[in-house]
Amino acid sequence: MAAREPKKHEMPTQKPEVRAHNFSEVALGYNEELALAEAQRCLGCKNKPCMQGCPVNIDIPEFISHIKQNDIEGAYSVISKSSSLPAVCGRVCPQESQCEHECTLGTKLNLEPVGIGRLERYVADQHRVNRTGTAEHPAPNGHKVAVIGSGPSGLTCAGDLAKKGFSVTVFEALHAAGGVLVYGIPEFRLPKSIVADEVKILEELGVEIVTNVIIGRTVTIDELFEQGYEAVFIGTGAGLPNFMNIPGESLCGVYSANEFLTRSNLMKSYLDNSATPIKKGGRVVVVGGGNVAMDAARTALRLGAEHVYIVYRRSFDELPARKEEVEHAKEEGIDFRILCNPVEIIGYHNENDPRDPKNGFVKAVKCIKMELGEPDEKGRRRPVEIVGSDFEIEADTVIMAIGTSPNPLIKDTTEGLEVNKRGGIVITENGLTSRSNVYACVDAVTGAATVISAMGAGKTAAKAIADALCGK
Amino acid sequence: MNKIIRKMPLNPTVTLMEIEAPLIAKKAEPGQFIIVRSHSDAERIPLTVADFDREKGSITIIFQIVGAATMRLNSLSAGECVESFVGPLGRATNTEGLRKTAVVGGGVGCAIAYPVTKKLFEQGTEVHVIAGFRTKDLVILEDEFRAHSSSFYAVSDDGSWGEEGLVTDALKKLIESGEKYDEVITIGPLIMMKFVCALTKQYGIKTIASMNPIMIDGTGMCGCCRLTVGGKTRFACVEGPEFDGHEIDFDEAIARSRMYASEEKKAREEACRLMKMGEEAKA
Repeated sequence: MAAREPKKHEMPTQKPEVRAHNFSEVALGYNEELALAEAQRCLGCKNKPCMQGCPVNIDIPEFISHIKQNDIEGAYSVISKSSSLPAVCGRVCPQESQCEHECTLGTKLNLEPVGIGRLERYVADQHRVNRTGTAEHPAPNGHKVAVIGSGPSGLTCAGDLAKKGFSVTVFEALHAAGGVLVYGIPEFRLPKSIVADEVKILEELGVEIVTNVIIGRTVTIDELFEQGYEAVFIGTGAGLPNFMNIPGESLCGVYSANEFLTRSNLMKSYLDNSATPIKKGGRVVVVGGGNVAMDAARTALRLGAEHVYIVYRRSFDELPARKEEVEHAKEEGIDFRILCNPVEIIGYHNENDPRDPKNGFVKAVKCIKMELGEPDEKGRRRPVEIVGSDFEIEADTVIMAIGTSPNPLIKDTTEGLEVNKRGGIVITENGLTSRSNVYACVDAVTGAATVISAMGAGKTAAKAIADALCGK
Repeated sequence: MNKIIRKMPLNPTVTLMEIEAPLIAKKAEPGQFIIVRSHSDAERIPLTVADFDREKGSITIIFQIVGAATMRLNSLSAGECVESFVGPLGRATNTEGLRKTAVVGGGVGCAIAYPVTKKLFEQGTEVHVIAGFRTKDLVILEDEFRAHSSSFYAVSDDGSWGEEGLVTDALKKLIESGEKYDEVITIGPLIMMKFVCALTKQYGIKTIASMNPIMIDGTGMCGCCRLTVGGKTRFACVEGPEFDGHEIDFDEAIARSRMYASEEKKAREEACRLMKMGEEAKA
């Protein structure tokens, strides 16, 4: 047998200089030849270490063995047993720290791991193209469950329950289903047509999706129980965006990443004929180092910014974003200013002309350089300011991508729902809250998570709900 | 999709629409708002609930036709549907324990001041209403206010309706004449609310201002509607829209309300052009 290829097969992408000016998908996906070749790299380990690294426990060696035989529908049915959103996960999961991190090629043979995410994406995309007919509608088991929020956790929970015959209604506050997959993650990383297709498959399974209803306001959780729902899953997502509480954060031109991305993605501000405005062009400073910061920076670039900075207070090693996104951002020309933190946003103020239209808009960001000190409780080295090192970056737009805090809407309108000091809902490891038959996802608890961890939580809760309602 | 049951122009630039929304009508309270999107490609805009009918299952909104979004909303007729209609959002006005209040409304803000006035009056609170308009042609809801207030004071900029002057002049006169209010509630243009709050601060009268900043989702997710209140960042959509008027940074709110002034101007011109073309095509 020929020596195993040491590296993953590269996935074709749009050239950086081209894609920096369009919103089409960056990564183009494997073709059949590349997918079969990459599948051949899998050792098919009996102990399946990769599966342990997957938050939704997909039987990875099994689905790859189907690809080896070019049985793509077979591979799809293996994945779909565990994941309701394979086309999404193949694109947005941080595989390098999950399944691929555990791959024997990497851990034992010092080679690059199998490109599991790329193969998952290939399978899901082929299935989208080849699919005929509709998903089978399982026989109803007579139980009714309400899911709040149609993001990754809600869709996963709904999908898992629907496959078991539960009658599931998903309530969505916005006008489109998908949660962060539609308002947060940009088109160039996750085309919205893919999200729409995944949602359609769930509807074929019998999931009912009701948009424009805000649980806690339009209808309360107690009223859902009165309407005959036997269990409720809270998958309301991230919540209120954090700001730094530095001077100038309310100037015109300062956005939370949630706002900037929602305008562009959900409200389609990136299209010329969109009714919802967004500030385009100029110099843009994005604060933060997560996936959301990368998405905001790359969106700003595509909207026509002259120069986009990412300001992050730690070093490249601590950058929490998915590796591929950081690489893509660098290739596109995003200017990373690491070990650097904003201390003030300076506004434009024309003393001679109070009617100057630029008054009240951002002019610059004052930053201070940082160095890494002692490790904090999570083991990450704490950034410390270097006294006297402050400097200014000229800017027209500033985007704060520094996380979110729990949304108070549901806790304020649901009696007996225990919350922690930060306002996050308290849950057990099965996702159960202090109210019986009310379950919640982790990010309703902590304020933020990745798509896949939210899906994992949706899955855990679905199992717990099924066990509770049908008996173990 | 929510059906427009009734549409009525209140003056040349202000329209009333009664919209079928049984779930929202069941819950809505004075002070709360809804988010409406007239068409599938339209902007999401917040509008305060101007009235609700729990039995009929309807919500009334009153809006000024100021930009592209409100022009498109206004292009719909009774019997047609708005694409989405979400709510009720925000916190309801706290009316508990109020014995005597002054409600100060300006322009289309009077539409928002009306439901809380009605609620106060019906619960037995003595309510003095000061309504201000630029000129007589723009007056709305006069009969409704007169029917639901203990005293009604009309003021206009040009003196064509009621007394000539500003709402702050009328309020000052009432306070100076010895009226003792537990609370002043003010709803209207930012600049008017700023001066109402500055006035009542001098007299130490608690004042609630209803804010209407730019919003997108209306559920706390985007932070677009943030204001500085008492030195802290607050989100109008989940923590408001009403705040202690003496704590609000009005200058900042005024600056933020102009963030998209140039984009809005362009959109308005474009909407005008398209609507004109549509009318010409019909003719």
